[in-house]
Amino acid sequence: MGENQRFIIEVAKLRKEFGGTTAVDGISFHLVPGECLGLLGPNGAGKTSTIRMVYGFSPKTSGSLKVFGLDIDSRPREIKAKIGVCQQENNLDPDLSVLQNLEIFARYFSIARKETRQRALELLKFMALESRKDDKVTSLSGGMMRRLVLARALINNPDLLILDEPTTGLDPQARHQVWERLELLRANGLSILLTTHYMDEASRLCERLIIMDHGSILVEGKPADLIRSYAGDHVVEIVNPSLDVTDFVNAHEFRHDSLDHRMIIYGKEADRLFEVIGDRFCGQTCIKRLATLEDVFLRLTGRELRE
Amino acid sequence: MTGPLQVANISWRFIRVWNRNTLVYRKIWLVNFIVPLFEPLLYLAAFGVGLSVLIGKVSYNGEDISYIVFIAPALLAIAIMYNSFFENTFASFVRMYYQKTFDAMMATPLSLEDIITGEIVWGATKAVIAAAIMLAVLSLFGYAHYPHALLILPLSFLGGLAFGTAGMVCTGLVPSIDMFNLPIFLFITPMFLFGGTFFPISALPGWAQKLSYGLPLTHLVDLCRAFCLGQMTQSLIWSILYLTIFFAMLFPVALIVMRRRLIN
Repeated sequence: MGENQRFIIEVAKLRKEFGGTTAVDGISFHLVPGECLGLLGPNGAGKTSTIRMVYGFSPKTSGSLKVFGLDIDSRPREIKAKIGVCQQENNLDPDLSVLQNLEIFARYFSIARKETRQRALELLKFMALESRKDDKVTSLSGGMMRRLVLARALINNPDLLILDEPTTGLDPQARHQVWERLELLRANGLSILLTTHYMDEASRLCERLIIMDHGSILVEGKPADLIRSYAGDHVVEIVNPSLDVTDFVNAHEFRHDSLDHRMIIYGKEADRLFEVIGDRFCGQTCIKRLATLEDVFLRLTGRELRE
Repeated sequence: MTGPLQVANISWRFIRVWNRNTLVYRKIWLVNFIVPLFEPLLYLAAFGVGLSVLIGKVSYNGEDISYIVFIAPALLAIAIMYNSFFENTFASFVRMYYQKTFDAMMATPLSLEDIITGEIVWGATKAVIAAAIMLAVLSLFGYAHYPHALLILPLSFLGGLAFGTAGMVCTGLVPSIDMFNLPIFLFITPMFLFGGTFFPISALPGWAQKLSYGLPLTHLVDLCRAFCLGQMTQSLIWSILYLTIFFAMLFPVALIVMRRRLIN
């Protein structure tokens, strides 16, 4: 990567069609060096389709896509040599041991044979998997497999790490272990592009977020800014709201969502009236809390179920 | 790049895929060696001791040879076909579909074409290993004529490429692993029975002889038999040419169907 490289990833009007359906509908974004950028969106939003194009797995239909300043269609090998990828499915090699998984993968990158052992052992240590190095991959727990996939993605010392739902299906302990490793990598200046369903993951790891739906970008920004602009500072949730509350909220034109048995009201910290709601209408069926990314996400992408 | 141009996406890196498969093979080398080691012994016992008594001599290329000498080279040809075809159907399918090994490889500098080439060359290598072990066993019994029989080794590589590529085309097309039974029934079994393996082609009616020579195993059997018996004739060139063209024509097809299957 050149010193004056402005963008690690540069995407403009990127489209992806499968047969008749449009998975990615002309999106544009970029990733600057050292940044962790998160793609959020419900199932089928186009996140995975997007990153599969970025790591050269899936050819784009139209638009431009440059990684490290190189065109993905004409220089895929050079780009892939400097990327580490954690795919959504665990595709560790079950025919090989833990250590061999890393060593053989290193050879795919043409890393010299004498270097592969040392590099593999370092990464196993970093991921706290040293004691399992000779075990079969199939004997590892879900969290260990995920850490091994992450170690494998780092075997080529990548300039860009791409993570497709890195902690889906893991228990809380395992998720936190993965996050800690990712935070260390971030602190070392590694550029990261990740997709996730988990808002806590996105706000913890990412400096900047893109929320996608139906193949398009809805909003883009820092997690805190997105929360402030789309959900305010505080939220009051009222279960089975009375007509009084509904009238009050409507009269003062509060930002709110009315669900079947719940009303969610979004307000600013300095909002006096917002406190009034809390005092006047809140019994035991009312929760006051800070606004979160999840509020932003649900407001923007809707609450209906996705397949 | 798609179509025949995909060949341009192949690089020397295919050797990394071959390395991976070799490593896995070496892990259970003993099991892998047992079949080619003992299979010819079983056949020789059944046909040599049992059937040979009933059949006696077989007339082949104007010479009377014992039945066991007649079928020994065919066993080699069949082993070459089985080892490469099964490696690039069932085994490649498991790596591609169930283990997602190809998906992981494609996130590295390897291209899809490197992966498929590595798989096919590995299938051919497995055919060479099996042929070498079987040849050693057959030589102990004096069923191989040297130095000609050494040509079996490069031949098994060519035959392995041809049948492995045919297998890879099937892997690119079958919807599920059970569907391999169809090409086996339609393609492999008829060759196993009618490819000049257990009886000379000359025993077949004229039209069936022509049909038989349209199939790759018949040519591989002819070549193995000539090399084992030390009967070198000029017409063997045509059999080598047939296998080479068979491989060269199917190889781009294998790349195309695998790209259609995996890249979208």
